[in-house]
Amino acid sequence: MHEYSLVQTLVTRVEEEARRRGALAIHRLSIRVGELAGVDPELFRTAYETFRAGTLCAEVPLELRHVAATWSCPACKRPLPRGAVLRCPDCDVPAQLDEGSDALTLEAIEMEVP
Amino acid sequence: MCTTCGCGDTELVPVELHEKILAGNDRAARHNREHFVEAGVLALNIMGSPGAGKTGVLEATAKAAAAKGWKLGAVSADLATDNDARRLDKAGIPSKAITTGQACHLDAELVHRSLHGFPWQGTDVFFIENVGNLVCPAIYDLGQAANVVVLSVTEGEDKPLKYPVMFKAADLVLVTKVDLVPHLDVDLARIHDALARVMPRPRAIELSARTGLGMDRWIAWLEELRGPIRKPREVRTHLHHAHGADEGHAHEHVHTHEHEHEHGGEKHGHGHAHEHAHGHSHDGSEEHLHGGPEHAHQDGAGHRHRH
Repeated sequence: MHEYSLVQTLVTRVEEEARRRGALAIHRLSIRVGELAGVDPELFRTAYETFRAGTLCAEVPLELRHVAATWSCPACKRPLPRGAVLRCPDCDVPAQLDEGSDALTLEAIEMEVP
Repeated sequence: MCTTCGCGDTELVPVELHEKILAGNDRAARHNREHFVEAGVLALNIMGSPGAGKTGVLEATAKAAAAKGWKLGAVSADLATDNDARRLDKAGIPSKAITTGQACHLDAELVHRSLHGFPWQGTDVFFIENVGNLVCPAIYDLGQAANVVVLSVTEGEDKPLKYPVMFKAADLVLVTKVDLVPHLDVDLARIHDALARVMPRPRAIELSARTGLGMDRWIAWLEELRGPIRKPREVRTHLHHAHGADEGHAHEHVHTHEHEHEHGGEKHGHGHAHEHAHGHSHDGSEEHLHGGPEHAHQDGAGHRHRH
């Protein structure tokens, strides 16, 4: 699954940032996974457990925040019920995916610097 | 060093990044997109389950495209074989296989590498046939102008609800193998209903590559997307330099004329008006290519211009 390639990308990016800042250690990683990001959080964790060995992230816990997907009307801002047709019944315009619903972001790295 | 008292202890710092994990892929995709747009090539990412009919649709498209005088090209991804690329070649679409090995999806870098040594620049429509998979390919931008998801009627009416990420990414869904509907317990209306619950701007064309049903609508959709693609090529400044030492001024005007001239036919007047009405703010942007048709739908006036 693609979770492995995503984890690989993540770890490479974290290592790059840690080296750039001359970090002595990394203490925590936080990532945000939207429900429509196309990533299975459990698979992502498993991939991380497997892949982090031998990298700068070997001892680093992963904090994964899951964000539920929500849609709303861009005009009247009314939220659409889950599973509904993605069109505002009042304004008759296509719904908009709310912020974070399809996010797959590296939020923060907590690192120890000299 | 500890900044509180200068004791020499190390410090814990939270580095806030808030960056997309796929940022690297997105950069590579932008690079591909620039290449496609510069060359005036309509690049499409064709996705769908294994066996949905991706290759079959492209084979059928080859015939229709020949009648239009379009040049097609394709790269076709497969885990282990080059069968699809060979099928497309045989159908008259020069193709190159991308054997992904274990990878379940294409990424922008793989596509970029596959373009080297392949004459994609001379094509009008370039298909990137993704790995047969309704999950992984959805989140990788490849630099395409639009995503086309192929869903066959044999796959079940609820597939869009089960794979919302894929269908949300689709600019067009091709509901294929509709010639089989009389033999199946499938209700096409339910497929459309499911699409409306995962796509804010649902757009689907029912077709049969075998009988040719719906192929005209698919070709018309391609034609619609080719319009805005071709124009940026002709007005791009640096290409203007490359092409046109002949024109020293107001290249947009001059080239718009060429555009008109080239396409000719009964549509050109409408196309021209439309370009003028909407052209500037949208030129060359991804949004235009993606949202063009829908945009026209929403603000009614734009759409009517065309006919």
